Amino acid sequence: MKHLRAVNQKATRIEAYVAWEAEQAKAEEMDVVGLRTPPHEETGPHFPMGCSLVFSPGWEVDSQGGTAGLCQPVERDIFDCHLGCFWPAHVPDQLNHAPDWTGKCASAQKDWRKLDLIFP
Amino acid sequence: MTPPVATGAPDATGASSVLALREFHPFEAHGARFLYMVPSAGIFRMDDAGCAILDVLARGPRERDDLIDELSDLFGVDRLLETIDELTEIRAIGDPAAPTQQVPNDLPPEDFPLNTMVLNVTNKCNLACTYCYEYGEDKIVDTQYGKQPKFMSDETAEESVEFLLAESKGLPVAHVTFFGGETLLNFPVLQKTVAYARRRAAEEGKRIEFSLTTNATLLRPEIIEWLAENQIGVTISIDGPKQVQDGLRVFHNGKGTYDVVLPKIKELLAVHRTRPIGARVTLTQKNMDVLTIFRHLTEEIGFWEVGLAPVTTQDQRDYAITPEGKDDMMRQFEILAQEWLEAALRDEHHGFTNVKDTIEEIHKGVSKAYGCGAGLGLLGVATDGDVSLCHRFAGSPEHTLGTVADGIDREKQGKFLVDHHIAAKTDCHTCWARPICSGGCYHESHVRYGDSSHANLHYCTWVRSWTHTCLEIYGALAEKNPKFLERFD
Repeated sequence: MKHLRAVNQKATRIEAYVAWEAEQAKAEEMDVVGLRTPPHEETGPHFPMGCSLVFSPGWEVDSQGGTAGLCQPVERDIFDCHLGCFWPAHVPDQLNHAPDWTGKCASAQKDWRKLDLIFP
Repeated sequence: MTPPVATGAPDATGASSVLALREFHPFEAHGARFLYMVPSAGIFRMDDAGCAILDVLARGPRERDDLIDELSDLFGVDRLLETIDELTEIRAIGDPAAPTQQVPNDLPPEDFPLNTMVLNVTNKCNLACTYCYEYGEDKIVDTQYGKQPKFMSDETAEESVEFLLAESKGLPVAHVTFFGGETLLNFPVLQKTVAYARRRAAEEGKRIEFSLTTNATLLRPEIIEWLAENQIGVTISIDGPKQVQDGLRVFHNGKGTYDVVLPKIKELLAVHRTRPIGARVTLTQKNMDVLTIFRHLTEEIGFWEVGLAPVTTQDQRDYAITPEGKDDMMRQFEILAQEWLEAALRDEHHGFTNVKDTIEEIHKGVSKAYGCGAGLGLLGVATDGDVSLCHRFAGSPEHTLGTVADGIDREKQGKFLVDHHIAAKTDCHTCWARPICSGGCYHESHVRYGDSSHANLHYCTWVRSWTHTCLEIYGALAEKNPKFLERFD
């Protein structure tokens, strides 16, 4: 604040809260950005999250953003969801039903073909 | 510029552009103007433009543009706009049509830790002070023929310590205050409890601090030595010079106590140097000479601190303080408060604790939901182990919340917290002093109105006047010696 001066401890906290609230009001309204391009990247190419920076079978797109040449069949397009994604995809239940799903996939880069389909 | 935040306040969409004053209490110190915000208890210092805006709005609501026009000869428009925004942000001004803020009724979390336990180690006393709330005419517990034993047993005291260790939850430090009756009538239990609590607290990785209140009649060299060695905080109940003390604080045979306690207190003050020793004075209509009492206790006897409180009683008692008496008391409190301020400006100690306690609350900006911590962070334990709101209610079945052996009755405590919350005290909702007062002492209202959840309306004028005085002192320190306030951080 430029003109009023916070004197006691509570006033200092009110001042900090007001500043925080102003910051919040200035920030653009955020939405779920997991599966869409974040606003600050909207002018660039669209890379779905989980792609490019790490080898993550299933999410790759080609340099044009196309999905025709996916590196694994769509049925197996769930490995990243299984590992680190918050998206509630239907991944194999490794705790109860399919404990060995990734048993043969020690390294995703090499062994992604060994991630097999799971049938109920 | 930041957008306004208050609900219903004028916003960028232009929903409303009328401005009016909202809830605060203004005060001045050393020519500077401050706002004490209600109910947040934040304090802001105003500049010239802020004062001018509030002065205009004090005459009635204004359109934002009219307000700026009215003041644009004195201040630049940008400065006025910025100041209006800031005043809106702290909720000093806003849309008069906006709904008034409800007093929030959010209850404390269920796992609120117990911080202080007051152990009534005995309900027996060797004095017969007429005004005593425990034995006098306004007593609420039959201490003579009631079911409570006269003395707390070692087992109950140990159970109480266990209760405190468990209920203090994550707190690293907890406090035990020994109380009575006359506390020192049960000195053996004090000694054992302190030793036991020290050992058990160490086992639990905690620390327990101890204090007690006594009338000083039973102090002996070995007790004084024990108090000093164990760093027990001591508060002495004493009312002042001989003629005052001997008027109401008497033995059962009516004999005054001054000559008995004076040498003992002097010895205590000389020997016990590990904790500051305070005096606690009860003011009645028969002893109202606050200044003489204060000077006698500090300068002549040598107490480090003196706290004074008016007697809790019903109006018809001859020692009850009359309205004129309260005014006179207030006038003398203000003289001492000014002395306290002058000492604080010189970075010196002054023993008038009534100011110090209020200044600390003002500095932190406390906004209380409850008049005090009783029934929540503070509990009293009766001699039989019954847990009650505080020591003043110890043994009263109506105000019992459980036992140290079986724990707190959460349902009863929950009901107490709802009934005594500031949200339930509608009388208080328009008062600017409610962040600090919050309706006042439960025991006072129980004696006065027969209902501990009643607001202490007989003290309103006095509390507002006292809070205003302390705000002025706080403002003066913030202007002239802000460093002094850091000791309250």
